[in-house]
Amino acid sequence: MVSGLINENPIVYEIKERRDVRAYSSNTDELSVDAIDQLEVFDHIRDIKDPEHPYSLEQLKVLTEDSVEVDDTKSRVRVTFTPTVEHCSMATIIGLCVRVKLMRSLPSRYKIDIRVAPGTHATEAAVNKQLNDKERVAAALENPNLVEMVDECLSPSFE
Amino acid sequence: MAALNNLTEHLEAFVDVTRSPTHHAESLKAIATSLEKGVLSINQLVVEMDMYLTTTDDVVRARGSILLLAEMLDYLKSKPLDNAVVHSLIGFFTAKLAEWRSVRGALSGCLALIKRKGVAGVVTAVDAEAVAKSMAQSIQVQSLALYDRKLCFELLECLLEQYPEAMINLGDLMVYATCEAIDGEKDPPCLMIAFHVVELLARLFPSPSGPVASEASDLFEFISCYFPLHYTHTKGDEASIPREDLSRGLSLAISSTPFFEPYAIPLLLEKLSASLPVAKVDSLKCLKDCAVNYGVSRMKKHYKDLWPALKDALYASTKTDLSFGLESLTSPGFEMGEIHREAVNLLQRLVKQDISFLGLVVEDIRVNMVFDTISRYLRYEEMLDTSKLEVLVVSQILSVSARSSVESCNIIFETFFSRLMNTLGIVEKTSPGDLVHNENSTVSTRLYHGGLHLCIELLTASKDLIPSSEECTSTPESAQQSWCSIVNRFSASLIEAFTSAVQSSNDDCSADAYLGVKGLLAMGMFRGGSSPVSRSEFEKILTTLTSIIAANSAKTVKWELALKALVCMGSFIDRYSESEKAMSYMAIVVENLVSLVRSSHCSLPHPMILEATSEVCSTMPTYVEKMVEGFEEAFCSSFSDFCVSLGPMTLDRKVFTIVSVSISNKQGIESFLISNYYLENTCQVNGNFKSIENCSQLLECVTNKLLPRLTEIDGLEKSLVNFAISMWNQIESSIVFSYDFNGREFVEAAMKTMGEIVGVASVDSQNSIIQKAYNVISSSTLPAMESIPLTVAALEGLQRNLSTRDELILSLFASVIIGASPKASIPDVKSLVDLFLVSFLKGYIRAAQALGSMINKLVTGSGGTNISTDCSLEEACDIIFHESDSSKTICGSETFLGKICLGFCGSLDLQTRAITGLAWIGKGLLMRGDKRVNEIALVLMECLKSTNSSGNALHPSAMKHAADAFLTLMSDSEVCLNRKFHAVIRPLYKQRFFSITVPILESLIVNSQTPLSRTMLHVALAHVVSNVPVTVILDNTKKLLSVILEGLSVLSVDSVHKETLFSLLLVLSGTLTDIKGQQSVSDNAHRIIECLVKLTSYPHLMVVRETAIQCLATLLELPHGRIYPFRREVLQAVTKALDDPKRRVREEAIKCRQAWTSISSRSTPF
Repeated sequence: MVSGLINENPIVYEIKERRDVRAYSSNTDELSVDAIDQLEVFDHIRDIKDPEHPYSLEQLKVLTEDSVEVDDTKSRVRVTFTPTVEHCSMATIIGLCVRVKLMRSLPSRYKIDIRVAPGTHATEAAVNKQLNDKERVAAALENPNLVEMVDECLSPSFE
Repeated sequence: MAALNNLTEHLEAFVDVTRSPTHHAESLKAIATSLEKGVLSINQLVVEMDMYLTTTDDVVRARGSILLLAEMLDYLKSKPLDNAVVHSLIGFFTAKLAEWRSVRGALSGCLALIKRKGVAGVVTAVDAEAVAKSMAQSIQVQSLALYDRKLCFELLECLLEQYPEAMINLGDLMVYATCEAIDGEKDPPCLMIAFHVVELLARLFPSPSGPVASEASDLFEFISCYFPLHYTHTKGDEASIPREDLSRGLSLAISSTPFFEPYAIPLLLEKLSASLPVAKVDSLKCLKDCAVNYGVSRMKKHYKDLWPALKDALYASTKTDLSFGLESLTSPGFEMGEIHREAVNLLQRLVKQDISFLGLVVEDIRVNMVFDTISRYLRYEEMLDTSKLEVLVVSQILSVSARSSVESCNIIFETFFSRLMNTLGIVEKTSPGDLVHNENSTVSTRLYHGGLHLCIELLTASKDLIPSSEECTSTPESAQQSWCSIVNRFSASLIEAFTSAVQSSNDDCSADAYLGVKGLLAMGMFRGGSSPVSRSEFEKILTTLTSIIAANSAKTVKWELALKALVCMGSFIDRYSESEKAMSYMAIVVENLVSLVRSSHCSLPHPMILEATSEVCSTMPTYVEKMVEGFEEAFCSSFSDFCVSLGPMTLDRKVFTIVSVSISNKQGIESFLISNYYLENTCQVNGNFKSIENCSQLLECVTNKLLPRLTEIDGLEKSLVNFAISMWNQIESSIVFSYDFNGREFVEAAMKTMGEIVGVASVDSQNSIIQKAYNVISSSTLPAMESIPLTVAALEGLQRNLSTRDELILSLFASVIIGASPKASIPDVKSLVDLFLVSFLKGYIRAAQALGSMINKLVTGSGGTNISTDCSLEEACDIIFHESDSSKTICGSETFLGKICLGFCGSLDLQTRAITGLAWIGKGLLMRGDKRVNEIALVLMECLKSTNSSGNALHPSAMKHAADAFLTLMSDSEVCLNRKFHAVIRPLYKQRFFSITVPILESLIVNSQTPLSRTMLHVALAHVVSNVPVTVILDNTKKLLSVILEGLSVLSVDSVHKETLFSLLLVLSGTLTDIKGQQSVSDNAHRIIECLVKLTSYPHLMVVRETAIQCLATLLELPHGRIYPFRREVLQAVTKALDDPKRRVREEAIKCRQAWTSISSRSTPF
């Protein structure tokens, strides 16, 4: 293992105000459908903690609202995340966290695609492949150390 | 002797370090109590402890003896001790301070003794001096542990506070000791005390040749290194001492003595220029403290550095977005950060303290440059960000300086105001009353937004400086108010400029309107006789604002701004009781608006006039009176627009009289109805829909805006009662109404207003309204209905509806009765009961509610002990239930009403009406705790069975009404029978009804024959269960749980029952979490989960799904073994809910799923 942090001093950004879910949908009628949209998916993953800092992925701009693409009718989600540094070895962990969180939060009909933003990571192709390979994801989640790490990142945190 | 034996035991226990702390505390307590009771003396104790005090074992000596003695003394704080004892003890502890092993005991001993108050035997000054000396010489504070350090600081603090003379004698020594003690301290609680010690020292040695003065540089060095405070470990320590407190302590220490000045101010200025926000805030706060304590002469030296630093802080902390919104009309209009606030405070302090500081402000090049900036841009949005900043900060600086004192205000106005006016092109008034302004010169006025903003800020700042009228007489008016005369010279032109700003504004730019209105508001808020704005000018402002309100035809920003400004001025006049201005306000604003209300034909929509009038008038009681009068007139005039008054219609009146005569001859109701019908059709009335609408809006305004403020406004009640009576007068004098389009709305509004007015009125006023209403009703055709015999044939025969006038009268009268208090006297109760009875059987629910209210409030007892009523409760019940056999009172199924309800006679319509009516009557009885309600409940339950006693099937609609009747009975009604309408309410009436009906309903459910009847019984039960207080449910969870679950599954079949289902589900969710219900919930877990799982996909109501999922999550609190078997089922259901159409349900589902996943094995992370 590398001693010390990979990105020792990340830039922390201000985060956007949240949509109040209750105020948003309480006055609509019974029959209307709140489609699963970009913001909702983003709400699921914005609070995931960075594996090495006490900040959320949103604060580090690893994820933004625009990094989520949703097609509710075709049941597809694609999340494009941007590691803070190019050689970040945590990229796979971050991707895995996002995937697990979405698997827990979205209906099973969805196909989830997770990738590193083009040109932001040294081993982009490898990371992408690893994150979208069903077998490898399943295998990763067999590893108790990894699961513990993922759970740590997903635990409802500082807010 | 026994005490002594125990003593040895306790001493042993305390000395033994291996024992637990609680053990120690116990033995300590025991010894202390015996000392306190006098069983043991201190001397005895010391003698007994001899061995422990002198032993060579350090631990035993330190811990056992000295600490014990010290803690003992702490216990005996208030017990009087002999001076000799105190002396020898303090001597002992003082000596022990030198021994590092026992230092804790010695310190706490000293502290306990020093803290002793007058009566209980105190340490002498000489001894205290000895303690201080010993401490200073032999203790190295920073080498001690945290707790001991704290004791040291406390001891120092105590010594300085209680023995100032002795400490002065010690002089230098104390200062040295303090310096040494503080050096390197890092713990917040200790620092807190240390800072206070410094403050005390500074107070003790104020002389310039004293030790503090000579050691100032060192002492300051030790405390200044903490500035600005920053906690490195945020978690643990912050709980004990918040950063704010510590920083306040530090600030007080730094500002404690002027000797720190040469070191402090440069340091603070340096920190102020740092980029850390905390440092800025702290230094600003601290600078303010310093300015107060160091004095003008010392501060003066630093002005040259202070002013630029302060200015920079202001620039850096101001944001450039100025809001032109409604909410900022009375506030600065931009966000104020903490730095900004502190900077403003400091500036104000400095200017207030020393007027020469203002010289720097006035001469500042940046401040002076702003006038160029202003004249470069016309509109605020066009400005560059830097220019915006310039304008905002400079106006802030100038207004804060102006606000500081009258003197500073004069200087600011003398220097800047004329210049500003020049820039804006606003011209001075040459001779009083006469303006230079003519048509041409108005063009030269240039409405630069920046300039207007600056001008408004200055005016707003200056208005606070006008002394109130009392102060004014005591201080002679002199030239010191020169700013006043400056404003006075420009006031007329200023008002004109602001007015033109408002008027030139258009909808897409609110800035003009905002600045104009804000300016007018600032000009209008000068207080008292010495105001620079004359009365005629003040009136001009009012006229302008009022005309804005009257002229607009839609709700624009301008309109809202003007209204808010008027309301502000109204409440300002009221607050400072400015009688002269109040008169102007009344004449210009109130009268105009009220006359607008009166004339229904103006460009402004009616609701807006009403809103404006009610807002403006509620600022002062006299206005309210005027307004209600206006409302009354407006109501009368619009009312007469859509109905025909008696006057001009002589011909029809004749017809009417004939008809009335024919009715009084009892020739039958039919002829009366026909003639009424004839009247309505023959009269050619120009029904004015707009007036009806105006009328209902006016009534709504009275109900929603005025009635809630009844307690705030004196005399409102009286005016409203008059209003109600004049409503009746108006109705009385008109015969025919022509409405159908908006009529319903109007009747609703009228009923609501009437009911509420009666509800809030005093009993006397109620009586007069009731009397008036009764007169109207008895002169109408309604009394004819009283005489209709209560037989099915007669009721069925009454096919045609009431005329609109009668309907209105009936509804309003019912509202009056509903609102009346039990003490009010109602005339002719018996015939009124008849009237209401017939009307509700005709389908007027309001009549049923009125009947319920009457039944609820009538006095009991035969003959009527209360002279005000001619009818007792029993008699009224007799009339209602119409018994053949009058010997005993029954109201069950044998009665006429009961028979109709059960469908023995009459049509379906009649049946459902009777059931609804019976429910209201039952509610009246139930709330007063009358037994008769039981029989009514039985009738209603009878209606829920599928067949009645004679074997005829009951109609589903009747059953539904009967089920809903239970909701009427149990729920709190908004429209009648509540506290607002003076209902008689017995405590626990719901509980009583619950215990009577639930067992019967349960047995009926078990024996129900058809699915429909079963569903309806469940609906009824759900109404009862969900309206009873939760505690009752919790007491009966065991019994109720299974029937609730069954109810949930029965009700979930049909979407009609969705609301009922939801309230029942809420009852269930209430039982899940409570400790009382836990056992039975646990026993029934499988059924509950099964039921909830089904409800997670209930399609008709989102909240049901949401609550069901929440309940499932709560169930996790049950024992693991009970719920584990169901996890697969639950997870399946919740996973499906992840795809729910509603977002809220999905959110809950995610949480619930996560919670349930975590109880199953770890191998499935998703």
